[in-house]
Amino acid sequence: MSSRRSRISEEEIAELLSKLQSLLPEARRRGTSRASAAKLLKETCSYLKSLHREVDDLSDRLSEMMATMDMDSAQAEIIRSLFRP
Amino acid sequence: MLAFRFLRALTLVHRTTPNSSNAARSRRIQRAAFASMAYSAGPRRAWSRALLCRFHFHRARRRCAGRSRTAGVPRRPSTTGSPADGLRRLVPGGTEMDYCSLLEETADYIRCLSKQVKLMQSIVDSVGPGGR
Repeated sequence: MSSRRSRISEEEIAELLSKLQSLLPEARRRGTSRASAAKLLKETCSYLKSLHREVDDLSDRLSEMMATMDMDSAQAEIIRSLFRP
Repeated sequence: MLAFRFLRALTLVHRTTPNSSNAARSRRIQRAAFASMAYSAGPRRAWSRALLCRFHFHRARRRCAGRSRTAGVPRRPSTTGSPADGLRRLVPGGTEMDYCSLLEETADYIRCLSKQVKLMQSIVDSVGPGGR
């Protein structure tokens, strides 16, 4: 009974790992096509770190822009651009 | 939803930090980014619940202590431990999840974080050097 349960978990884990792999950008995915779980997790960690860094950098840029811009017209422009196809 | 929450947060930051340093304002924007993500995801996800708890806890602590650092923002992890441990430290609430949940939550967190990054990039692009 417990071995059947662990077999189901292994399939579940394999599916979750492959879902995770599909979220990695193309360049990172290339090296992990038949990768071990450990390699995939390492790539995921480094992708997450790069996303956090991007939020950092973009926050810095937004902060600099905010110091000089007119917020009302900026908001209007942002909303317009978000609705553009 | 994410876009409007984040824009609303940005407006608030702009209104309340006219004389702050760029660094302080940047930290508040970063916090707003993670807060918008967490509020948009709602309590259905463990990572968003963990972020929401962190924000409420730090807000309460700040009222008492009068000081805040990068409250609510995921901290930089140390470099020891297995890859799964590394992931646990990067995903909010990760240290309390079992392996399966960690993988599921990571996937959802990555999806939301990518959307947030795209949103911030498009704001920068639309208001940047070309805009006003």
